[in-house]
Amino acid sequence: MIDVRLHLTYSAFALKVDLQLPGRGVTALYGHSGSGKTTCLRCIAGLERAKDGFVQVNDEVWQDSRNGLFVPPHKRALGYVFQEASLFPHLSVRANLEFGLKRIPRAQRRVDMAQATELLGIGHLLERHPQHLSGGERQRIGIARALLTSPRLLLMDEPLAALDSQRKGEILPYLERLHDELDIPVLYVSHAQDEVARLADHIVLLRDGQALASGPIGETLARLDLPLALGDDAGVVINGTVSAYDAHYQLLTLQLPGSALQMRVAHTPLALGKALRVKVQARDVSLNLQAEAHSSILNRLPVTVTQEIAADNSAHVLVRLDAGGTPLLARITRFSRDQLQLHPGQTLWAQIKAVAVLA
Amino acid sequence: MPLSSADFSAIWLTIKLASLTTVILLVIGTPIALWLSRTRSWWRGPIGAVVALPLVLPPTVIGFYLLLTMGPHGYFGQFTQWLGLGTLTFSFAGLVIGSVIYSMPFVVQPLQNAFSAIGTRPLEVAATLRANPWDTFFSVILPLARPGFITASILGFAHTVGEFGVVLMIGGNIPDKTRVVSVQIYDHVEAMEYAQAHWLAGAMVVFAFLVLLALYSSRKTKMGWS
Repeated sequence: MIDVRLHLTYSAFALKVDLQLPGRGVTALYGHSGSGKTTCLRCIAGLERAKDGFVQVNDEVWQDSRNGLFVPPHKRALGYVFQEASLFPHLSVRANLEFGLKRIPRAQRRVDMAQATELLGIGHLLERHPQHLSGGERQRIGIARALLTSPRLLLMDEPLAALDSQRKGEILPYLERLHDELDIPVLYVSHAQDEVARLADHIVLLRDGQALASGPIGETLARLDLPLALGDDAGVVINGTVSAYDAHYQLLTLQLPGSALQMRVAHTPLALGKALRVKVQARDVSLNLQAEAHSSILNRLPVTVTQEIAADNSAHVLVRLDAGGTPLLARITRFSRDQLQLHPGQTLWAQIKAVAVLA
Repeated sequence: MPLSSADFSAIWLTIKLASLTTVILLVIGTPIALWLSRTRSWWRGPIGAVVALPLVLPPTVIGFYLLLTMGPHGYFGQFTQWLGLGTLTFSFAGLVIGSVIYSMPFVVQPLQNAFSAIGTRPLEVAATLRANPWDTFFSVILPLARPGFITASILGFAHTVGEFGVVLMIGGNIPDKTRVVSVQIYDHVEAMEYAQAHWLAGAMVVFAFLVLLALYSSRKTKMGWS
């Protein structure tokens, strides 16, 4: 459990959050620039000091201003990945990696050099100098360097924001491996919804220094009362389980969590039982009163209408649906809504035009 | 032999004075420069201005006040007398103190620029990698500010070698104790020994040129922060 209570005011900005976050998995601090997400992260690291603050990570208290406790950053068992890799230019890659490692007592080391270099694919870069690396390589080394301090909490401040989309794509798989293979809780600051959808288990939505919402990613992205639902790429993230594979058509069948409902998606074979994360965009979901079997659309799910709001333009509405416990969003025209006479509690069929596999 | 033993003695004294001054300035100038480059305190302006004063004041002004404070009736003079050291005016120790003050901006400013150029990020990175502030100073700041330290040392040394007014005011002209090269040249000229003056003055010109040449050539290679 990560307990964060921060209250700090600058001349034109106030941060006031009180968050209880899961002690494992990836938690995204999501919001626009100026929403306070980086400040929040820096306060947790102790790089900035909130006048009124309480920070507890699992069983360690790092700040408790009411009792005058403030552990300086170098005594906090955390790893920090900055937006720019910030490698030390006077040290080789190996010396950069060892910088934190050799300052950790041997008994506390849980990530070793071989593991970190293998995990981030940087074994061949060790003898190089930071000046001779690409942006993506530098950032992978920055991540490995942070991991080598065997942190109890990994803080990542928009680690991909300074990279172009190709380099981003190069790093994301490594971040997913981190998520899957290391049991280190991660706080991940980002303003990119695609990264959050891919990596996060839990999301905190920040705006103007306040937390608008904090919850599991699947539920939170589907909430209609948050500005998230209004964006063009609004949609839900579903953590499915691979239940079958059709080798002839090369289609993977995914079981939705907690229900018998299934979706199929074009994919290379995966082991049965493996978790797979997919995103379904609100604009790719259409509604039908009947089970329309004569269609090229692969996925049709029986759903119940739970809620409906106006979208960001007057031609559309957003509908929240329940598919056997899994929330879905559909963005349809107001005209269609009236044609279908949509109302909460109504059962109908959702046709899903596209399912994007995230991880 | 164009240089007399008195000339050599003056050269040796100058080198000793400049070396000692440079070492002392690096030790006390580093924390001052570090503070000036990091602080957001109101005192930053006043302290920075005081450090820079010798850049604009005539050396005689500095020498005059040093003479007063280090003399038998000055605060510092009374303190050194209380310690049983006597007064420091007209002594080598007095020259060192004068030179430290006089050359201070030439050491502090390059260091301050070097520390400012490093910024706060490397220090934050070091802290998140478990380095305490002392550790960070030696493993990150010192190596990254190395060009600044080289510049500061060269300027501090060279500027002390070139000092004249302050020496004359507080040190006078005592052979082997306070008679440095610049004063020795002055003596030669006063005594109409122009040939002797030429040799020493010429050596100073060559020295100054070589120092500045070394300084400006070394500035080409700068290490970037990535």
